[in-house]
Amino acid sequence: MAAIEVVIFGAAAVGALAGGLGVVLARAPIRAALALLLVLGSLAVLYLLLAAQFIAVLQVIIYAGAIVVLLLFVVMLLHARTGEARPTKLPRQRPVGFLLAAVFLAAVVTALRDAAPPPLPAVGQGFGTAESVAGVLFTRYVLPFELASMVLVVGIVAAVVIGRGARP
Amino acid sequence: MIPIPYYLALSAVLFTMGVVGVLTRRNALVVFMSIELMLNSVNLTFVAFARQLGSLEGQVTVFFVMVIAAVEVVVGLSIIIAIFRIRDTVDVDDVDLLRG
Repeated sequence: MAAIEVVIFGAAAVGALAGGLGVVLARAPIRAALALLLVLGSLAVLYLLLAAQFIAVLQVIIYAGAIVVLLLFVVMLLHARTGEARPTKLPRQRPVGFLLAAVFLAAVVTALRDAAPPPLPAVGQGFGTAESVAGVLFTRYVLPFELASMVLVVGIVAAVVIGRGARP
Repeated sequence: MIPIPYYLALSAVLFTMGVVGVLTRRNALVVFMSIELMLNSVNLTFVAFARQLGSLEGQVTVFFVMVIAAVEVVVGLSIIIAIFRIRDTVDVDDVDLLRG
């Protein structure tokens, strides 16, 4: 039981890291989008390991099914002149970016290293199912839930208004 | 069971990759995907802590993060398309009207 969990975690972690490298390093945006898909799939596996079945399904439906498809549509729509061939206007941006990222990673890892984890508690059979998450969502968090639907409507209207373009 | 710090370390590395992507890439679409990477690494942290604490609040938070991420992608991509229509570029260095 434990061994196969380690194997699954290792495979998903390697997939997520490889996909992350692909997003950052790929020259063609379409490859970056497909690498992002690999990250999202690997994270869905990790959510299953963490007893979050409902979130894992949402991850596949919303992120992999909707967001990445939308990104792919836009990448294909704008396929002309999306390479990075021209010389950069900010030559020092890249090394400074790497330096800042390294400092950030060092800070987070330092914080992590000092933390002694308490043992994982056992969770019940129903933890993380759609039923249990919805039970919390529709009782304690029903107001934020309704606000989220309003945000969605605002986003749809905004996308239509911006996408329509300037008309005389 | 895999201890939670392994998930947190993976999440930290993924977040750093997203930071590198935002800071070094110039294609607006790739910058966007790097932001998605960061959002997802934070989601992993939320789910890991929800498991550790045995409380569903972390998973509910991930639900809201996903909703906001979907809205963000829709609005952001339409802005990128609008910029591409006007200026014929998706290079963030070319959009420098505010530069002094």
